[in-house]
Formats: sequence, structure tokens, C-alpha cells
Amino acid sequence: MIYREAGQFKTSYAADQAVFPIVQDRVVVGAFLALAFVLPPALAGEYWLQAVLIPFLVYAMAAVGLNLLTGYAGQVSLGTGGFMAVGAYAAFKLTTAFPGLNILLVFVLAGVIAAGVGIVFGLPSLRIKGFYLAVATLAAQFFLIWLFNKVAWFVNYAPSGTITAPPRTMLGVMVTGPEATAAARYVVALGLVVVFGMIAKNLVRGRVGRSWMAIRDRDIAAEIIGIRPLRTKLLAFAISSFYCGIAGSMLVFLFLGSAETQAFDINQSFLVLFMVIIGGLGSILGSFLGAAFIILMPIFLANVPHWLGLDISVALQKQIEVMIFGGLILFFLIVEPHGLARLWQIAKEKLRLWPFPH
Amino acid sequence: MKARAFTITVLALALILAPWAGVALAQDKAVFIPLLVYRTGPYAPSGIPLANGGADYFNLLNERDGGINGVKIVFEECETQYDTKQGVECYERLKNKNGGAVVVNPYSTGITYQLIPKAPVDKIVVHSMGYGMTASADGRWFPWIFNFPMTYWSQASAFVKYVGQQEGGTDKLKGKKIAHIYHNSPYGKEANPTLEELARRLGFELTLLAVDHPGQEQKATWLQVRRLNPDWIYISGWGVMNQVAVKEAAAHGMKMDHVIGNWWTGTEADVIPAGDAAKGYKSMAFHAAGANFKVHQEIFKHVYEKGKGAYGSDRSRVGEVLYNRFVINAMLDTEAIRSAMAKFGNKPLTGEQVRWGFENLNLTEKRLDELGMKGLLRPLKVTCENHEGNGMAAVQQWDGKQWKIVSDWIEPMREVVRPKLEAAAVEEAKKLGYTMRDCSKEK
Repeated sequence: MIYREAGQFKTSYAADQAVFPIVQDRVVVGAFLALAFVLPPALAGEYWLQAVLIPFLVYAMAAVGLNLLTGYAGQVSLGTGGFMAVGAYAAFKLTTAFPGLNILLVFVLAGVIAAGVGIVFGLPSLRIKGFYLAVATLAAQFFLIWLFNKVAWFVNYAPSGTITAPPRTMLGVMVTGPEATAAARYVVALGLVVVFGMIAKNLVRGRVGRSWMAIRDRDIAAEIIGIRPLRTKLLAFAISSFYCGIAGSMLVFLFLGSAETQAFDINQSFLVLFMVIIGGLGSILGSFLGAAFIILMPIFLANVPHWLGLDISVALQKQIEVMIFGGLILFFLIVEPHGLARLWQIAKEKLRLWPFPH
Repeated sequence: MKARAFTITVLALALILAPWAGVALAQDKAVFIPLLVYRTGPYAPSGIPLANGGADYFNLLNERDGGINGVKIVFEECETQYDTKQGVECYERLKNKNGGAVVVNPYSTGITYQLIPKAPVDKIVVHSMGYGMTASADGRWFPWIFNFPMTYWSQASAFVKYVGQQEGGTDKLKGKKIAHIYHNSPYGKEANPTLEELARRLGFELTLLAVDHPGQEQKATWLQVRRLNPDWIYISGWGVMNQVAVKEAAAHGMKMDHVIGNWWTGTEADVIPAGDAAKGYKSMAFHAAGANFKVHQEIFKHVYEKGKGAYGSDRSRVGEVLYNRFVINAMLDTEAIRSAMAKFGNKPLTGEQVRWGFENLNLTEKRLDELGMKGLLRPLKVTCENHEGNGMAAVQQWDGKQWKIVSDWIEPMREVVRPKLEAAAVEEAKKLGYTMRDCSKEK
């Protein structure tokens, strides 16, 4: 009833190719984004910002990155944690070497460096495919973590091997370091995610995204119709690593404040891969839904007993939480193998017919 | 169709309910201490006795004395799985509960590193007892962080001193081979600079061998150890890594009394799986093990007999090394709060007042006796400059049944450690943009 595009005529190609061709979508997304920038910093407490929303944004960024590579270009990667680490350590090195450099620029440059590393580790993808490629990227994961652990130069010779986000300002507001408020860090993270989310969305709708999907669906056929696998695959690795690198630097600078290589271990790679699979392979929206599910659900489950006033031991609670979480993952994968994004799509289709379905 | 409707409902519910996370009822007239524990995951063997010791001691004070000087202690556990991100989530969730936390004991060097920058902002004391960032022992730069009774660096220097004693003098260390097997994390790496410095000064040959988290796989490391054939082995491990290391040491025929763990690598859980082979294994300690102290009798009487014991009715694990550790930790926290109350009155205190209490903590022999902890640990004095206090280390040995202190109290090489520590404090504080405070102006 309310969600119906009848009467909305497109009179130009631009209108027909818009990201959100339906007026209602545009209004809702625009309003949602505006609220996302305004409401949480104003209303949400520090816990809500620091422990829930910022990690969600960071992982959403990483999930978008992996989705470009795995969901769109079809290259399975288990190196996400390693590429995130590259971004984080690059950002740390850059901002300590050039303290005057704008922090946003630092993030972008860190992403560029991660992209370079991604290209190097993407080279095997030209020869090996599928599960074998996953193993090759696993090597990237272990090698990079080992490198950052081993070479003290990356941590400026800190004896503990920890990198710490130094205080940096943006437009006069402290955005990293201990004095930066959670609200400021949230707004920066959200800004980055919105900008790069939009770029990703447009990327996959254009020539680049289509060539990725062609490679994913049948690489030989793609080659025959004139898509160069070398360039396409390496581009996918580069752009994906760029996103992961930015996510890694956000993880250290906007979320944790300081980190060691442990923060980027193999579990991170799995976590991001699960986000992409549960959210929906080949869907930008799915990356966000998957990140929300994986990050928010455990926190939600951990808090349920408190709301219900149940007094159960933390160990039992954790175990129950893990079981329910695992069960939910199975449940969603069985009910909708195409991920949460597909559920969203179905909901939208239903909404179009509501309240008079056939 | 129905299943989908259900999932949508679940998601919608999640979205509606989630904002209520962290809402809690404020409780007046109480001191709130959040406990970051790990009762599950690969570090649970270490985490469970710790968590139970803390809970039992706080319960003892509440049951016997009605809290600290009549102000009740409210404590709440949060499971971190020794994971930094979960630790931060826990900290954020608990810090404003029940009128606000005043002190936090992270029991993880990784989480401590996260909390160090937050402490002055949130006005919550971080007490990383015998772990955390060594440099934070310089109270002039890090007013909110305390790591008494000793730091990793002091501990490592005490280890070298002990080895020297065993070899017949520190001058005999020249040419000896010492291997440091460490957990590849900020925690494990902490001792390295001190060991390197002492190797330079005393002329022993130091080999550093890292074991990656979580440490179940150490075959390669121990092959290297065997090839090296060191005279002494120092282990900085945690959780499941410890038992594997002890087992491997025994399997590779190391002389067990020449294998010394740091004080996180010398607990019952670490040696029992290796069975008889672990006999003779040593570790550093800053307190005794066992349940033969008056405080344990009090815990049995006031907590376990009322059915409130953390181990339920099982008393056999009370007095384990890590259990005692958190009992002592809880005692130090509460005594610091008590010393603050002597100045600010017997009421719930602010973080700043509690910080003052920590900085002016003076635990005398007499007070330890009153607390039923005589012989459990040494007296301790903390000052504004020195947040490490004047603690000393000892060496304990596993005799197949229990841990026994086998050495005298060893004074760490403060003349070596302190200058390095002060230099490191400047470095670390610079990263955070801190300025040094003048301790002569503190009162």
C-alpha cells in the first residue's frame, strides 16, 4: 500500500539507473542515514557507541571488502585478518612518522598499502581456484601476522609489540586516542562506512562489478567475451584489501585504541567470512546485515539474562550464548541459504503486495 | 513461510530490545567492583580459580564485616574469554553500573593495555597485579595504573638473580645459556627487554622463543630447545600453553628444577596434567600457595558453610595458587579502598578517592596478621612515584602434590629495572600525550 512504485515514471536513463530507483527507498535510506548521524551520538550512551555500534561499523567495512572479493569476484579468501593488520600497522607507521598528516588521509593511504599487499597475495588466484585459493590466502594471513610479530620496526620498537592510536584531531575535534569521545569516533567511522559503502555499491553496478561477476560465474566464458582475468582478479584483490585495510585501521584507531597482532588472528578472517556468508554473498546490504548479526547477536544474547533478571553464572551463560548463536547460524543458513539480504528482499516484495497479497 | 515470519520477528525483537542493554538500577551505599573473568575458552584453567578466589574474598568481607568498614561490596562478573575485544565490551557494560566502578582488575595484559588510556578519562583505577604494562609502574606518568607488588621486569631480574644464586654467584652466569619461552603477545614479550639487558651485563646467552596463541602446539619450539640445550629455561605462558610447556619440558628430558615459569606459569593446572614428570618444576611467586592460612579458615566458615562458596561444597581447590592470587588481589583492592576511607570517610567513594587510597596503601605486617594473611605475602608500600611498590619475589617448587616456596625472598635488581622503567614510561606516556605530574605536590 505505502510501498508501491506505481506512478513513478522514469524519464531519463540516469533516473532508471539510480541506486535507489524507488522514491520510498530513497526517502527511507536518506532518513535512516541522517538519523544514524544524529541520533546515536546525541542519545546513545558510551557503552552503546563504543561496544556495539563502532565495532559494527568496523566489521561492516571489512565485510563489504570481503564481499567484493568473495561474493562478487568469486575468490574465496581467508586472509582478511592479515589485510586488516596491514591497514592497521600501515596507519600506525604513517601517523607516527608524519604526525601532521590528516588522519582521514592516513586511513586512505593505509588502505592503499593494504591494496598493494592484496595484489601480491592475489597473484596465486590466477592459477589456483576455490578451496585451494583459500589455502593460499591462509598463507597470507599467517605470514603477515608473523611478520608484524617478528619485525619490531612495525611497532616502532615497543617492547610489548603493541600499537597505540596516538591522539589526532579532525577539524579541531579529537577523533582518535584516549581523549576522543565515543561520539566523535562513531561519526568518523560512520562517515567512512557511508562513503565507501556508496562507492562499493556503485562499483558493483558498473563495468568493474559486472566483470567480477562474469569471472565468478564462469571464468572461461568471461575470458572469451573479452574480460582479462589477470586485471579483473587482481583488481578485486586490490579493492577488497583496500576496504579491509581501512577496516583494520578503523579497528585500532576508532575502536580499540591499541592492539597487538592477536586482534587480527585467523579468527577475524573466519568471522568476516561468516558475516559475508550469513549476510548474503554478492550483496552490499548483506555485508551490513551479516556484520550486524555476528557482532550484535552475541552482545544481545549476553545481555538477555540481565534484562530477564536471571542470575546464572557467567560461564553457563557464555556456553548457552555460544550454543544459541551457533544454532541461529544454522537456522538462518537452512531457512535462507542466500543470506539475510535475501530475506530482506523477500520482505520488500511482500510489502509491495501488502495488504492484498494474491 | 512461518519460519521466515519467525526470523523476521526475532530480528525485529533484537532491534527493539537491544538499546536496553546496559540499563541497570543504581544501587546506593555500595562499592562496585566489576570482575572481568574467563571461565570458558582456552584460558579457563587459569581463569576459574582466579575468579573463584575473588568472589570468595568479596563474599567473606560482605558476610563477615558487612563489606569494607560497613560499606557493602557489590561485584559482578563478565566473561571475557581472555579476549581483548570481549574484555572491552565487558568493561564498557559494567563501568557505569551500580553507581560506577572504582577499580578494575583485568587479569589480561591485552585488556590492561586497552584500559590504560581509558582509566584517567573514566576515573577508574586499573590494578594489574603483577602483569600489564611494566612502564605504568612510574606513577608520575601513570597516576591511574597500579601494578604492585611487582612488575614483569622486576620479576625477570629476580629470576636471573635466583639462577645466579643457584650457579654460585651472578658472575658465574657468564657463558650460561638461558632460553625464554614466551606467549607471543604483549604479555609474553614483557620480560624480554630486561632479560636482554641482563644478558648484556652478565654475559649469559639468551635465546627468545615465541609460542603462538593459544599454545597447544609447541613441538617445533621444544625441538629448538633441545638443540640449544640451555642451562636454564624461563617460561612466560598462560592458560593451556603452560601445561603443554611443562609436559614438553618433561618429555624432552629437561632438568625440571632448571625450568622456571614466571608467576603465571606455576599453578596446579599447569603441572597436574604432566603427572610425576612435573615434579621439581619451579616457578616464580610473590605469595604462598595452600589453604593453611587464617583467611582460608574464615572463608570456609563465613562463605562455604553458608553455601555461598564459589566452588560450591568442594573445598579441595581453595588455596590453589591462582585462587590465592585473586584473594590477595581482592584484599589489596579492598585495603586500598579502606585506606581511602580513612581519609574520606566510610561511604561509597569516587574513583579519584579510591585512587588516592591505592597510592597511599601501606600494608604492614601487623595488618596482614589481622587479615589472616601472615606468611601468605610480604608487607607492601605504594608511593606516588612507585606504583610497583616494594614487592619481592620467591621461587616455588612443585613436589608432586603442592607448591612450596623453596627460596628466600629475592629483592629484584631495582637499580637495573627502575631506570629502564622510567625511560619506558616517558616513551609510553608520550604516545598518549601525557604530562608528568609532580609527586611532591600530591598529598
